Amino acid sequence: MKFLKYLLVGVIFGITLSKAEVVSWFRIQEMFRFQSFHMYGIIGMAVGLGALFVYLIKKYGWKDYQGNQIVLNPKENSIPRYLFGGIIFGLGWALSGACPGPMFINVGIGYFPMLLVISGALVGTFVYGLMRDKLPH
Amino acid sequence: MNFIIDLISQPWPWYVAGVMIAIIMLAMLLLGKSFGVSSNLRTMCSIAGAGNVNSFFKFNWKNQIWNLVFISGAMIGGAIASLWLNADVAPAISDDTQADLAALGIFLNGKLNPDTLFGSQVLSSFKGWVILIGGGFLVGFGARYAGGCTSGHAISGIANLQLPSVIAVVGFFVGGLTMTHLLLPLIF
Repeated sequence: MKFLKYLLVGVIFGITLSKAEVVSWFRIQEMFRFQSFHMYGIIGMAVGLGALFVYLIKKYGWKDYQGNQIVLNPKENSIPRYLFGGIIFGLGWALSGACPGPMFINVGIGYFPMLLVISGALVGTFVYGLMRDKLPH
Repeated sequence: MNFIIDLISQPWPWYVAGVMIAIIMLAMLLLGKSFGVSSNLRTMCSIAGAGNVNSFFKFNWKNQIWNLVFISGAMIGGAIASLWLNADVAPAISDDTQADLAALGIFLNGKLNPDTLFGSQVLSSFKGWVILIGGGFLVGFGARYAGGCTSGHAISGIANLQLPSVIAVVGFFVGGLTMTHLLLPLIF
């Protein structure tokens, strides 16, 4: 039962990304061709309002439902891992049209070939783990 | 009630989705967690026993169950949207994109994803398997290398004004533009 709240937020996430067509391969192509405002509007609005929430959390020391201070862990400073990792991610995003959330949501919608994309992503994650020590971070 | 169902069954405009995603991020923080999907892939590797092969996957995955539950919920949300909140409206993809994709032999079908890549016949094509598994591989490898994906970097990270996340998103676009404009014409 203690996980029910995460399930509920997840359901809302799945409905939102489906109904706003963020899970659409066509929408991702439109974005990478700069031919529509749709995806930029979604990401821009989410980041803008999200930044306001984060500001309020920090300014007023908001706590989570258990009364613990909300802490947002800063990301470790580096360039190569974010740049190279990001480029590899972007190549896959534009090809499969799905980042990790939409991969799973698309299976729920009924796009079962997306299970191949998920399998690939699991193998990719595993291979990263094997190669991690040899990659510049 | 029917009026509400009819309304949310239409495609959602960008500003509604943007507000909802920010609220989802806030909800996860208020629930004592963070909004990031790709770490689930690492957790799944760990559950499958990858920790016996590599220390990167040796951690107590039971602490990550909440995130697996979240992504399971997202799958259920996708099913709800397609079964019960579906007004059968074709995505309004721009004419320019339609023309560009038609030149690659990929056509709109009134649905979210092209038949060329996600129709049932793709499973009987070797090329289809390579594209789908290869695309997924790059996403999984890249997300873990960069320490996050769209939710963790583009949304949560930039909302927290993290320079690393900005670098990651620049990378997402360098990769995405390269694939879209240079590689897709070679692949299709």
